[in-house]
Amino acid sequence: MKKAAVDENRSKDGSWLLGLAVLSALIFIVMPLCFDIFRLNLVGKYLTYAFVAVGLVLCWGQGGILSLGQGVFFGLGGYCMAMFLKLEASDPKSTAIQSTPGIPDFMDWNQLTKLPWFWQPFHSLTFTLIAVVLVPSLFAFIIGVAMFKRRVGGVYFAIITQAVAAILTILIVGRQGLTGGINGITDLKTLHGWDIRTNGAKYVLYFINAGLLVASLLVSKYITSSKLGRLLLAMRDKEERVRFSGYDVSNFKVFIFCMAAGISALGGAMFTLQVGFMSPSFVGIVPSVEMVIFTAVGGRMSLLGAVYGTLLVNFGKTYFSESYPALWLLLMGGLFISVVMFFPNGLAGLYDQHLKKRVAAAGARFRAGRAAGLKTAPAGEPPGMEKTAATLPGGIPGKRTKGPKQPLETRP
Amino acid sequence: MGGYTFSELGSIFVMQGFSGLSLFCVYLLMALGLAIIFGQMGVINMAHGEFLTMGAYTTYFMSKLAVDHFPALVGIYFPFAIILGFLIAFGMGYLLEVLLIRHLYKRPLDTLLATWGVSLVLQQVFRSAFGAREVSATLPAWLLGSVKPTETIDIPLNGLFMMGLTLVLSLLVFIFLFRSRWGLKVRATTQNRVMSGGVGINTKKVDRMTFAVGCGIAGVAGAVFTTIASTGPTTGSLYIVDTFLVVVFGGAASLVGTVASAFSIAQAQSVLEFFLTSSIAKVLTLLTVITVIMARPEGLFTIRVRK
Repeated sequence: MKKAAVDENRSKDGSWLLGLAVLSALIFIVMPLCFDIFRLNLVGKYLTYAFVAVGLVLCWGQGGILSLGQGVFFGLGGYCMAMFLKLEASDPKSTAIQSTPGIPDFMDWNQLTKLPWFWQPFHSLTFTLIAVVLVPSLFAFIIGVAMFKRRVGGVYFAIITQAVAAILTILIVGRQGLTGGINGITDLKTLHGWDIRTNGAKYVLYFINAGLLVASLLVSKYITSSKLGRLLLAMRDKEERVRFSGYDVSNFKVFIFCMAAGISALGGAMFTLQVGFMSPSFVGIVPSVEMVIFTAVGGRMSLLGAVYGTLLVNFGKTYFSESYPALWLLLMGGLFISVVMFFPNGLAGLYDQHLKKRVAAAGARFRAGRAAGLKTAPAGEPPGMEKTAATLPGGIPGKRTKGPKQPLETRP
Repeated sequence: MGGYTFSELGSIFVMQGFSGLSLFCVYLLMALGLAIIFGQMGVINMAHGEFLTMGAYTTYFMSKLAVDHFPALVGIYFPFAIILGFLIAFGMGYLLEVLLIRHLYKRPLDTLLATWGVSLVLQQVFRSAFGAREVSATLPAWLLGSVKPTETIDIPLNGLFMMGLTLVLSLLVFIFLFRSRWGLKVRATTQNRVMSGGVGINTKKVDRMTFAVGCGIAGVAGAVFTTIASTGPTTGSLYIVDTFLVVVFGGAASLVGTVASAFSIAQAQSVLEFFLTSSIAKVLTLLTVITVIMARPEGLFTIRVRK
């Protein structure tokens, strides 16, 4: 009995890894081969949003904490990176025409004569790299402790995160001299002497970004399949019961919220590097809610689904807002409504319903074929095998066998 | 306080207090409908601002109709605009409840997302239908001008009118809730849904009516809103986050709480605005609200009920 469960778990993980392999192949091989560097850079930009979507799967899908302010953490990570790059771009020599050389141009325009104290440490790359993850996580920690220890949750928490996003946007826009205001931090040139604007650098950054995304997916998967992941699910469905079982619910919530914030911040930093600027338009309420819809479209319970959801919605957005700008908002609104009403499990849910059985059958045939092949012709490959193997990945990757039981389906 | 004489400071407080009162009215008008809906059903209606916009556009078109075709009626179109604004928003709210909201009562977080979608769609519909440019209704002559009680104090009439309307509307809502049969059912459902069902109240019907009336109030708010500001496709969404904070701050199920929190948030913001920059004033106000919510997660005023 126990052994069977272990086997089933192993096969679940195996199919997830296969899904990850297909996704990685798509990101690492197919995309770079199909797109020129301009389009690939665009894909890279979308993939930075996927970090946020993955974070949301952790805290919203698994933990039941809907944050409508994830843009805050994305933005904080991005701003930390941008501050370093901006300081490097405004060395005394290239800013010699300013009245105070050596400080960023927008500070000079705003009559600042000295670098503000919180900009000082961003001269150091090591500090910046640590700050990129640490500052947003710390911020999330403060919000999390303040809210979850007081048992503020559900819609209240969602509204408060929105307010936090509003506050941060107002602050960034309002304190133009310190933050670059509504334009954000622009004109970023080099990272530690390495020009990030060349095509070569863009390729390298794309692959670093993709690698970080896969790493985040692996870490997230580790968390969700650990005991902690189980507890999160239990908490989401019956918080009181978990509390009465003796667990300190708020600590788990704080942890997963910080985790989501840290992952989002990675995305923000990579966004700055790849796109070359950071502005408050990625911090506020509207982008934050849009990021929630990426997750919802992909499937709020599915880590891989979140990445596909992000890519799909963003391709759609780029296509429609280039060709039919008026239509896009209607479509976006319709997407919100229909995903919530009809596909609460998103793309991943659709896959589980319609494709999983076929892929599983193909997988079974493949395995049976291989077993038969091993028996009858150990030396040569059976002719039928290649065919069945080719149908296996089947476009949308994911789980071949039973996925984790989706509690959303059991709702009354 | 930086070179102001005592009487000047007094005038500043009166004027800023007055602009705070205008803001208070906007918050209250929007929050009244939201508070009833959120209190009773726990539904976050992100499209609430769009119902306000609906009422505002209705008023604009009524005024246009009056100016273009019935110049004699320009002075008296306003009450009709209010009624029509209510009816349109009420009808749309009813429709929204039937089509969307009632399927999602078990999933409050999802309602939030779905109604956000509704708000996006409505905004785009407004933009396509009425243009992206902001429009203003032609106000009747008796709404223009201002009162000057002293040399330095100047109070616009339309602001006073808006306050009067807000007062009347709030009173109506109070009477409706606390003196009518329907209000009794609403309060019973808010306090204990299952028990209300047990004593024979059709809670689903009550939900539908409450949602529609809440939206209708937003429609009236929109009509009133046209007297102090112009209307654009995104007018309603400008205030939605603030309004939610008002509702949460006041305590979801308490109307007195909503009034008190709308008043304190609006006053704090406009008085601070004079002494600091407006962005810092806003940040300070929001931060204070968040801190208070942290200290009292249920809001300022709570109705104690057994769950």
